Amino acid sequence: MAGSSAKRKSLVTRFFTFTLPLTAILAFQLFPFVWMILTSLKSEVEISSDPFTYLPRNWTFANYGRIFDVLPFARYFVNSAIVASSTAIIGLAISVFAAYALSRFRFYGRNAIMLSFLTIYMFPPVLLLIPLFVIIRSLGLLDTHFSLVLAYSTFTIPFSVWMMTGFLKSIPHDLEEAAMVDGCGRLGAFVRVTLPVAAPALAATGIYIFIFSWIEFIFAVMFTSSDTSRTLVVGLNTLVGQFTINWGLLTAGGVVTAIPAILLFTLIQRQLIQGLSAGAVKG
Amino acid sequence: MSATSSARVEQGRNRRDRFWSAMRYRYTPYLLLLPAVLVTLAIVFYPIVRSLWISLHYYVLTRLRFVEFIGLENYRTVLSDRVFWTSLRHSVIYVGFTVSAQFVFGLITALLLNQKFWGRGFVRAIILVPWVTPGVLTGFMWRWIYDGNFGVLNQALIDLGILSSSIPWLAQSSTALGGVIIATIWQGIPFFAIMLLAALQAVPLELYEAADIDGASTWQKFLRITLPLIYPTVLITLLLRMIWVSNYVDIIYVMTAGGPGHSSLTLPVYTFMTARSGLDYGYAATLSVYLTLCLLVVIALYIWMLRRSEAR
Repeated sequence: MAGSSAKRKSLVTRFFTFTLPLTAILAFQLFPFVWMILTSLKSEVEISSDPFTYLPRNWTFANYGRIFDVLPFARYFVNSAIVASSTAIIGLAISVFAAYALSRFRFYGRNAIMLSFLTIYMFPPVLLLIPLFVIIRSLGLLDTHFSLVLAYSTFTIPFSVWMMTGFLKSIPHDLEEAAMVDGCGRLGAFVRVTLPVAAPALAATGIYIFIFSWIEFIFAVMFTSSDTSRTLVVGLNTLVGQFTINWGLLTAGGVVTAIPAILLFTLIQRQLIQGLSAGAVKG
Repeated sequence: MSATSSARVEQGRNRRDRFWSAMRYRYTPYLLLLPAVLVTLAIVFYPIVRSLWISLHYYVLTRLRFVEFIGLENYRTVLSDRVFWTSLRHSVIYVGFTVSAQFVFGLITALLLNQKFWGRGFVRAIILVPWVTPGVLTGFMWRWIYDGNFGVLNQALIDLGILSSSIPWLAQSSTALGGVIIATIWQGIPFFAIMLLAALQAVPLELYEAADIDGASTWQKFLRITLPLIYPTVLITLLLRMIWVSNYVDIIYVMTAGGPGHSSLTLPVYTFMTARSGLDYGYAATLSVYLTLCLLVVIALYIWMLRRSEAR
């Protein structure tokens, strides 16, 4: 338990109440990754061979090379990057002013707007999937990056409004008011004084949107049909054949797909955890 | 110009300025909100209305020449659709087991991480990784672990002498749903752990010290101090997770696509497959409306709880 463990627990008790359970949970949480990485480093023959091997007999990076030959994986990577960064930039640009209004003004309808943003964010994706598909199809936008940016904005804009409102609220008004006394307009004071202070929080929100768009699957698989717009996760799914799956390629591709999301995530961990308690972050 | 009239002009200007600044103050927030609200109306509200409209039609993508208004026909069909009721039951089981196990293991993890030990920061960071892993990848990793021919789970159980021959975990209807549930539990433990850890760290240490003086046991301290204080966070997190997990499609779709038979089909997966494979958009729209109606109850409860805890 937290805090004052006045009496020293014996090593045995500590082992059973702490070391063992923590190790077990960590092993459970990390094992799938370890297994994915180990598989990706085995040869195709070894993966499906008898006798079974836990560790690769011959360590090889062949799968990582082949994934770029078998599939236009670099193209998918670029597509994912284009979609995710556009969604992040557009989402931030549209929602930052809304978040400013919600955090700094009291006005009629404020609560109703906050609540509708929160509610929208929780709607089932499949509710929007069908009409958006029909709309995007009739606009002739299927199989474009833009169609995905549009689809992701449905969730990312309400989300970033909600998350940034929380962040901006925690920044004191004093600075802004001082700038206004010094002759800045209200908006000028916000842009010049508050925004720079809020920059880390904005970056965190942007990166979260990026990750969300990077890992999203069901819209991506419905809206894209060719290599010009297919994202990484959809590309991974194309490796699944009717009867067989090439697990060496799939695990190598999985590692390549997961790494950017994990790296970006480590950058914004702290802010994200803060935003979590505001109840805005999708699990 | 006389002194008095210039003073009057000055006064008038002041009043006008004040009027405009009051107007500005009043309307600025609406102006600032306009882009976000307009975009949301266009890409969320309009599609929802469109969806309701589509659900009133016979609308199959391969038979667009035969699109026809059929009123509530789709809604009636759903109610007598066996697969709908099966998938709804699976959804309840899936969400119930997943969220409660995520909670229990998340709480244990949070309690462990709340203790001081070497490398705590590192462990806390690494434990969150499953949570930013793409759902598709989560599905694939677990599908590979469960694999009936070369899966490590079967091999390990055989090597340990627990099994005598491989079990096709995801390809037999008795274990498919359970297999999917375990993968989803795995994915969601970190979220609970971190949320609950934040709540645990907010519990004032003095309370434990006072309890120590009174000679309370660890278990008593947990029941009487920790649990009541983290209770609001627990409830809110539970509801939030219920909402997200109820909407999951990708993990199940990738692992089993709802099969074999319909043994691991949940309502959102059924909806997705009706559109994606069945191309029946009218019926899929109707299913998604039913799903939303079920969820609205939980969403309403969540928002009510959230506001109550904010007011406190």
